[in-house]
Amino acid sequence: MIELDELVHDFLIESCENLDRIDRDLVVLEKTPEDLSIVAGVFRSIHSIKGACGFLGFTRLESVSHVGENLLSKLRDGELSVTEEITSSLLSLVDAVRSMLGDIEKTGKDGNNEYAELVAELSRLQALEVEHQAEAFPEYFPAAAVNPQSTTAPATEVTEPAATTEVKPTASVTAVAEPAPKNETPAEAKKTPAAAPAAPANQAGGESKAPSAADNNIRVDVGLLDKLMNLVGELVLARNQILQVSATLENPTLIATTQRLNLITTELQEGVMKTRMQPIGNIWSKLPRVVRDLALSCSKQVRVEMEGAETELDKTIIEAIKDPLTHIVRNSVDHGIEAPEVRVTRGKPAEGRLSLRAYHESGQVILEINDDGNGIDGKRVKAKAVERGLLTQEQADKLPDREAIYLIFLPGFSTAEKITNVSGRGVGMDVVKTNIERIGGLVDIQSNLGFGSTIRIRIPLTLAIIPALMVSCEGNRFAIPQVSLLELLRVEPEETSTKIEWVNGTPVIRLRGNLLPLVSLGQELKLCSREKAFQSGINVVVLQADDRQFGLVIDEIQDTGEIVVKPLSKRLKSIPVYAGATILGDGQVALILDVMQLAQRANIVSESRNANTSDSDGLLENDVSAANTQSLLIFESCDGQACAVQLSTLTRLEEVKLSSLETSGGQTVIQYRDQIMPLIDMSLALGGRAIEAIESSEASENEQTTQVLVYGSEGKAIGLMVHRISDIVHEELKIVSSSTRPGIAYTAVVQGRVTEIIDVCQLIQHYAPEFSDNACSLSSRITVVDPNESDSPEQLTPTEAV
Amino acid sequence: MSTPIKRKQYCTFQLGNLDFGVEVLNVQEVMLQPTITSVPLAPPVVRGLMNLRGQIVPSIDLRERLELPTDSERLPMCVVLTSDDGPVSLLVDQIGDVVEIGEEAFEPTPATVQGETRNIVAGVYKLEKRLLLVLDVERALTFELETSGAA
Repeated sequence: MIELDELVHDFLIESCENLDRIDRDLVVLEKTPEDLSIVAGVFRSIHSIKGACGFLGFTRLESVSHVGENLLSKLRDGELSVTEEITSSLLSLVDAVRSMLGDIEKTGKDGNNEYAELVAELSRLQALEVEHQAEAFPEYFPAAAVNPQSTTAPATEVTEPAATTEVKPTASVTAVAEPAPKNETPAEAKKTPAAAPAAPANQAGGESKAPSAADNNIRVDVGLLDKLMNLVGELVLARNQILQVSATLENPTLIATTQRLNLITTELQEGVMKTRMQPIGNIWSKLPRVVRDLALSCSKQVRVEMEGAETELDKTIIEAIKDPLTHIVRNSVDHGIEAPEVRVTRGKPAEGRLSLRAYHESGQVILEINDDGNGIDGKRVKAKAVERGLLTQEQADKLPDREAIYLIFLPGFSTAEKITNVSGRGVGMDVVKTNIERIGGLVDIQSNLGFGSTIRIRIPLTLAIIPALMVSCEGNRFAIPQVSLLELLRVEPEETSTKIEWVNGTPVIRLRGNLLPLVSLGQELKLCSREKAFQSGINVVVLQADDRQFGLVIDEIQDTGEIVVKPLSKRLKSIPVYAGATILGDGQVALILDVMQLAQRANIVSESRNANTSDSDGLLENDVSAANTQSLLIFESCDGQACAVQLSTLTRLEEVKLSSLETSGGQTVIQYRDQIMPLIDMSLALGGRAIEAIESSEASENEQTTQVLVYGSEGKAIGLMVHRISDIVHEELKIVSSSTRPGIAYTAVVQGRVTEIIDVCQLIQHYAPEFSDNACSLSSRITVVDPNESDSPEQLTPTEAV
Repeated sequence: MSTPIKRKQYCTFQLGNLDFGVEVLNVQEVMLQPTITSVPLAPPVVRGLMNLRGQIVPSIDLRERLELPTDSERLPMCVVLTSDDGPVSLLVDQIGDVVEIGEEAFEPTPATVQGETRNIVAGVYKLEKRLLLVLDVERALTFELETSGAA
């Protein structure tokens, strides 16, 4: 059997089903000739076969079904009435179509037989008023063994088995034995039944021939598969319980049986999973047509290449990426690939190339859509973004071109010069991105101006089963998808007071030099108070949401395992922190946490980022690699100016009472952990009033406190007094201007505000030279990204940056 | 059903001193309440989720829904109803018989019945010794969710 195009394959299966139905309908029709709805049904079936073969280029099949369709349309319109003769010839038509389908399956072509007599007969009948006529026609289709001379009896004999699929062996065998083909080669005669799964010959004959497409495939309701999947899940649970029981009973027979049960269940589970998998080619197959039509309407020439069409994905994922994929492909043709004349002047072949690739990589499927068109012009994208008000001119200027291409993922963005019926209406890539992220995928884009662009989509194999970590909190068990899991931490009870630090009431923990904000699951889910959550030793699950990391504080870390994701009832969908639910090994239900939503709820990732389109920095940041991002602690100086220090260099944050401040040798100091720690008043250092004065004027008598950023280690620490700590952010720093005054490394835009980044090292050197060595050795180097410079971030020490 | 057309079958259950009925066609099954996993952040009406042969089914506490005092001592029963959104389980005190009642015994809820009860009761059947409140399944399963959540 030759390799068949997926489309043809589907067509064969569908047509065989159609033919079976026609067979049945025609027999019914013969008994109730006045029932026009049946005629209409038959007409539709033949019509769809005809339509499909026109599309697939099977002209012979098309012309044969065309005459049949004509005849049927007359019947349907009541111009002719159904007679036995017409029914018989229609049945012959069905057989002829079957035979041709068989040819298509074997050779890929619709055979050489023109079926001229049948065509003539059908045409004649169509032109005919109701009258008697010659009966010799069906002899050309011996496999059908229709003998109109003996009117009803033989005709029904053949069609009946097709309808009921109940075969009387004698009738069938004669049907096979009878043929004495005149116009057909014996080989063709054999093919005829092969294409007709319900045909008697095929069933009774049992000849050794390759099973046809329709034999090997059945259509199954996805709902049924889901149900099977559920049942298998239950079986797995039952098996787990039996495994436990058998381990305690120590009965060798039982153990052996359980082990077999174990194996079988696992295989069964895999098998059922496989039923849901479909090759990605299923949705790709529609793309060449889309591209062709689009290319034609844009007067472009595009060739589509596909690689890895057999890569399998879960059906739900296939469905989910269908539209985004089509959109990307349309975009590539519409915006990416240039007009032929432009291409030729650029030294490219006139015909553009659009290639689709799919492959597996580390448990995920990667889809690449690559074109050799113009690529994405960062400058044009920026200009457009500014024009659409998505970005200010100032923001655009400092945005490197190579990052500007990510702007196309902003809502309301389109670079199309003119709005065509295909693209340019401003809904597009953002929807693509959202849709793909919804199924746990990622979109990345690479563009080489003048040489094309590549969009890479990373999607999970299946949504149905995911690896997860089970944790518990206040007696509730939750599953956390492994995708967002980075690491696990344990803070022992005796360490909690030192390791967990507080920034203005927000707990943080130091993780390899970076501050990690902590979120208590119990508190977020309103299961317990914060005090309780951080009371004793804690277990922290470090999670990744977007580009942020945060630590989720939970009571207990249980085990990891694969869980079957089940959707939550619609009634509970509006609680966003759950991604679904699953059934655990003991048969109980556990909720699956939606890490992204949880982070949003805890303000780790602010929602305004996604909602507010003007906040392009925030949106962009999601796409830019995290290599250039820094964690900054932002505080306000007394005049409202935002200042920031690098979190990684900071040792601790403290709140001190103003009354505990003392003076020693003209230097403000404080007693701190059995030592005298000098304090630098940042407000004074930055040229403002003394913090002591500000605070005492603002706060009431007994609440006079100030916040202190502690640098350096125990025994040799120095503190910076600040007015008000406002935020901790992870941002990619883009220098706006270099330093304007001492103590400031440079000025950058952080969260849409111009912020002075404090050069702590220099500051300490200036105010407390004796501490500078210690503090500076701790303070790491500042990563500076200069948009005017090369792509790789430069490493500068703070002093060099000034 | 050999009886005249206008007779319906109701699955009855008790809640406190009230008798409720749900049309049998809406009832999938009746069972003892299995272990329920609570759903933090969900409204109190949602007792939690239960595993019904591999299907995850939300459990609605009908006592809570009717603003009746909760009686934690009693081991409640579940009436699993079919809904557009898959099965939903109602926690009730006790399961009664399936009764067949003629349409003529039906009356709309008296106007003086107030509160949540009025909301979820579609009408009343006058039985010989008691009244059977017909539960409006759709409304009984609709409840306000906390919307402030992550917004």
